Amino acid sequence: MKRALTTVLAVSALLAAGCGGGGSSNTATGDANGRGPIAFATLKDGTGTVPKLVETWNAAHPDETVRIVDLPEGADGQRQQLIQQAQTQSDSYDVITIDLPWTAEFAARRWVTELPKDQFDVDGYFAAPVKGSEYRDKLYAIPHFTGAGMLYYRKDLLDKAGVAVPKTWAELKEACAKVLALPEAAGASCYAGQFDKYEGLAINFAEAVGSAGGEVTDQAGNPKLNTPEAKAGLDLLVNSFHDGTIPAEAITYKEEEGRRAFQQGKLIFHRNWAYIYALMNASDGSSQVPGKFGVTVLPGVNGPGVSMLGGNNLAVSAFSKKQATARDFIKYLTSAETQRTHAKGSAYPMTRPVIYQDPELQAQYPYLQVLEQAINTARPRPELVRYGDASSVIQEQVYAALSGQTSTEQALATMQQKLTEIAQGT
Amino acid sequence: MNTTARAGRTAALLLSPTFLVLALVVGYPLLAALRESLHRSGDELDESGFIVSGDRFVGLDNYADAVGAARFWTAFANTTVFTLVTVAIEVVLGTAMAVVMHRAMRGRGLVRASILVPWAIPTAVSGLLWRWIFQADGVANTLLGTDLLWTSDGWPAKIAVIVADSWKTAPFVGLLVLAGLQLIPNDVYEAARLDGASAWQQFRRVTLPLVKPALLVAVLFRLLDALRMFDLPFVLVGPQKGAVETLSMLAWNEANQVRYGPAAAYSVILFLYVVVIAFVFVKLLGADLLGERRARRRSEVSA
Repeated sequence: MKRALTTVLAVSALLAAGCGGGGSSNTATGDANGRGPIAFATLKDGTGTVPKLVETWNAAHPDETVRIVDLPEGADGQRQQLIQQAQTQSDSYDVITIDLPWTAEFAARRWVTELPKDQFDVDGYFAAPVKGSEYRDKLYAIPHFTGAGMLYYRKDLLDKAGVAVPKTWAELKEACAKVLALPEAAGASCYAGQFDKYEGLAINFAEAVGSAGGEVTDQAGNPKLNTPEAKAGLDLLVNSFHDGTIPAEAITYKEEEGRRAFQQGKLIFHRNWAYIYALMNASDGSSQVPGKFGVTVLPGVNGPGVSMLGGNNLAVSAFSKKQATARDFIKYLTSAETQRTHAKGSAYPMTRPVIYQDPELQAQYPYLQVLEQAINTARPRPELVRYGDASSVIQEQVYAALSGQTSTEQALATMQQKLTEIAQGT
Repeated sequence: MNTTARAGRTAALLLSPTFLVLALVVGYPLLAALRESLHRSGDELDESGFIVSGDRFVGLDNYADAVGAARFWTAFANTTVFTLVTVAIEVVLGTAMAVVMHRAMRGRGLVRASILVPWAIPTAVSGLLWRWIFQADGVANTLLGTDLLWTSDGWPAKIAVIVADSWKTAPFVGLLVLAGLQLIPNDVYEAARLDGASAWQQFRRVTLPLVKPALLVAVLFRLLDALRMFDLPFVLVGPQKGAVETLSMLAWNEANQVRYGPAAAYSVILFLYVVVIAFVFVKLLGADLLGERRARRRSEVSA
């Protein structure tokens, strides 16, 4: 009986292994000129603006209708879903939404198709997001939303203390010294960005280095961390933690924790994206600072600082059988006209400068001109196929330096060495 | 052909669908993971910058790399510590909960339901809940009068994970132990009371030995479950934090960077670790339990 059982088990295991092995050799390929109904995988739009824009498209293109597929919330879930679809070479998504720093990786893995530059109005977008959508000088995605870090400040307290809006780190610290002496600012801290161990930390570090006149990597991903500017950037963050300019608990801050601290009146200055403006201005009692804050560009060492670019791109899946429709839909969704309608319905920062000149939208979003200035000077993240690994290295070392486990020199040296390996390895 | 052989063949035939399903859902993924762990792919670029596709056989390189990395041993230690500590706490708490739930008293239904609530909440949700409790200006710091940064990368994060996990899964142990308690006939206690046993003696000498089989099953389930802990530290503290990174998180991290070979190697190592622990556990404590059951069944049949 035992032998019979073993035989059954072995045979079924072999059968199973045989069946499974066959599937992977089947290579699906997309059709570059196909047309028809397509699926658009994107992040859920809480304002319902994107579904409306899609309806408009569908009314005009009854044979090439677009169906929205929601991707999981959060970058990790979104990434996992897209990778699974690509690994199985599934044609269930035609247009996909990817994070800006994934462009190089998705292009190098041939998961997204090259987009002919002459078919897309590349000069109509901000230069930096378009640069960030290229891999080896070829275009693989179109910037849908963009974003840059800005400095939020407590206008009421600055006015009361009689200090001007700071442009440099030194001015920011001076302003804090005066503001924190006010009784209204009791218990508050000077500044915070995002310093938890995640992508946001890599961005805040790159901005600190950029604001000190250096850069973490060049556009090809080769590290430049053995420079005095890089040291000045990291020292700035580490020393700010030490002297209490940045509160100790900011090491647990992501975007939302920082926003909560600022809108509870615990921070004088705060680095964050544009999306928090409307939330902090809410007059329903959720925020304690509506109408009491202003926004400006990030500070630097000698003059305005540098922001890193955020944002989402639209790309055509390499496995799509209707790529011509997919390209047309991307053109429609990122056209100046659509972006204007889009901007009226939701606060996502658009990718065309012309939107930022619109007086109506400037009235709707008071931060629009500051944001334009920030995007104009922002840097895309490096064009690295192994961007995720590079970001992990940066997070690991900067986090250790901020929490005092390693010296800034040691952290920078380790990063320089590991990032060189990553840049050369791919 | 004698009757036993025929019965054996019929049994094999009747069981074969089960084995086929097992082979499909357990056997095949296991073999596929083993195969994957011996390969690597997608770590080279061709001249025009595209990733060279296709798997490359690398033998045991993925295992060697894994075992050679300090990060692996940190994760291994975390997994072990979390498993031992949380299971120990959960057994004590769970048994206590079971004893309370077992009591015939007013509002017993309410007590039972409320004890089970933590277990019914999805882990990711309880992770968020506890992150909110453990945030810098959260309830934990206010109650304790501390200003620890529970969700940063350090020893408080370990404690946060242990507390949250114990809170969540002690009710599970409690439930299984309760089932065991309900099988104990009341007259055993009556006899013990007649003999003048104190409450503590009754618990030590009557309840514990009789509830042991159920308790051991609960502990085994919890051991296996805790060894593959992933979602709670991931949501509560976050990925890539050495203080709470477990082997499953390491495997996820590799897979997320599209390195399935190393990810499979980590998974296989974890699988082997789980097998060893389960085997040792069953040998040391559970063999007795299985033997007892079999003996009992045999005596029931013959009676």
